[in-house]
Amino acid sequence: MKPAAFDYVRAESVDEALDVLRNAGGDARIIAGGQSLMPMLNMRLARPRILVDIMRLKELRRIEPRQGKITIGAAVRQAELLEWPSLDRDLTLLALALPWTGHVQTRSRGTICGSIAHADPSAELPLALVALDGEIVLRSARKRRRVAARDFFLGVMATDRYDDELIEAVEFPAADGRRCSFREVARRHGDFAIVACAAVAMDRGVRLAVGGVADRPVTREFACLEGSALDDALNAFAWDLDARDDFHATARYRRDLVRMIGRELIAEVTR
Amino acid sequence: MTRLSAEQQHHLRFRLNGKAVDRVCEPRMLLTDFIRHEIGATGTHVGCEHGVCGACTVIIDDRPARACLTLAHQVEGCEVRTVESLADTQGRLGVLQSAFRKYHALQCGFCTAGILMSLDALFARHARADEAEIRDVLTGHLCRCTGYAPIVKAALEAAAELRGEIGHEAIDA
Repeated sequence: MKPAAFDYVRAESVDEALDVLRNAGGDARIIAGGQSLMPMLNMRLARPRILVDIMRLKELRRIEPRQGKITIGAAVRQAELLEWPSLDRDLTLLALALPWTGHVQTRSRGTICGSIAHADPSAELPLALVALDGEIVLRSARKRRRVAARDFFLGVMATDRYDDELIEAVEFPAADGRRCSFREVARRHGDFAIVACAAVAMDRGVRLAVGGVADRPVTREFACLEGSALDDALNAFAWDLDARDDFHATARYRRDLVRMIGRELIAEVTR
Repeated sequence: MTRLSAEQQHHLRFRLNGKAVDRVCEPRMLLTDFIRHEIGATGTHVGCEHGVCGACTVIIDDRPARACLTLAHQVEGCEVRTVESLADTQGRLGVLQSAFRKYHALQCGFCTAGILMSLDALFARHARADEAEIRDVLTGHLCRCTGYAPIVKAALEAAAELRGEIGHEAIDA
């Protein structure tokens, strides 16, 4: 349970970090708060040759509201975002979901972007980013590009990020007064979600996002919001997620949770 | 750019329980192992080594954190506190430790150091923390002996005492 040996690089600029990534040919990993990567290193599920620490880079340490978006840099810790004074107003869904992300002891070091990069299918932050139609800003030594959250997550811990790219920031659309809600079922508050759901009121209907069931967060929009038609639509959604039995819960239990929590959240945001 | 090569030992400087530390270690060394094996401060315990059990919780720059999910070199320049900082210079138990003793909030003691550090950080930040907040912090710790109820009781009394609402009864360590 100790990491294999690696070179440790403390980057003094983003360009330096990107240079190391470019030259390492897939053998380097970015470390920020380390709360997702360190368990992988300890268990030797990841064995990078080089670790690049980006936490001293002030330029990545920003929470910036601009033009209806909130940009959160790669070095912003989860605890720092939780203490951001405008969180309730501008990132209402995150104010609800962040307290479920790990425990206070991991949020104090873990970053927002780190959880996005790790792409655990049951993690709350990827779920919230997909639910809100956010974007990921990727930067390499060659270029900067933006990817919609719905296209970024490709599977269990698999994303559209190339080896030479750094997640520079993620962007959440600022809450514009539309209602949202979040609920999660886990063995212990802060453990990985058995099912996590977020609901966001749209111009017509409600968007429901589900984590912990499929290999990535999945969304669906529901136009009909009551009665047996909604039950049927939620049931179809629950089956489409292709739930599996595992150590924590059966597939059927997960489908039950999706149907039940889905209905509760839709009622909450349309009340 | 600072590059610390894998197989070599590199200088590391930070403050541990108020004292300057200046030692060397490999980049891959965990903070838990550095504190226990290099410094010899064995109050910090090592349980699961993947961030789940909470036994290794220490305070880094005023926030509770998993020492097993932190590389020693990541705390360069930081202020780290461990359970050794809680008793006073005469070795008398701190307020939180005394309350744990009074309420039997530990049995085997393996999880205790981590829980004490999480609660110490909580009360430093939030002197009026209530039972729900205390329980929320405790979700980050596994205790297989107590069932948590005496830990919550001890924490509530320690919090009241730290706020000056009830007197402290000194107990020798």
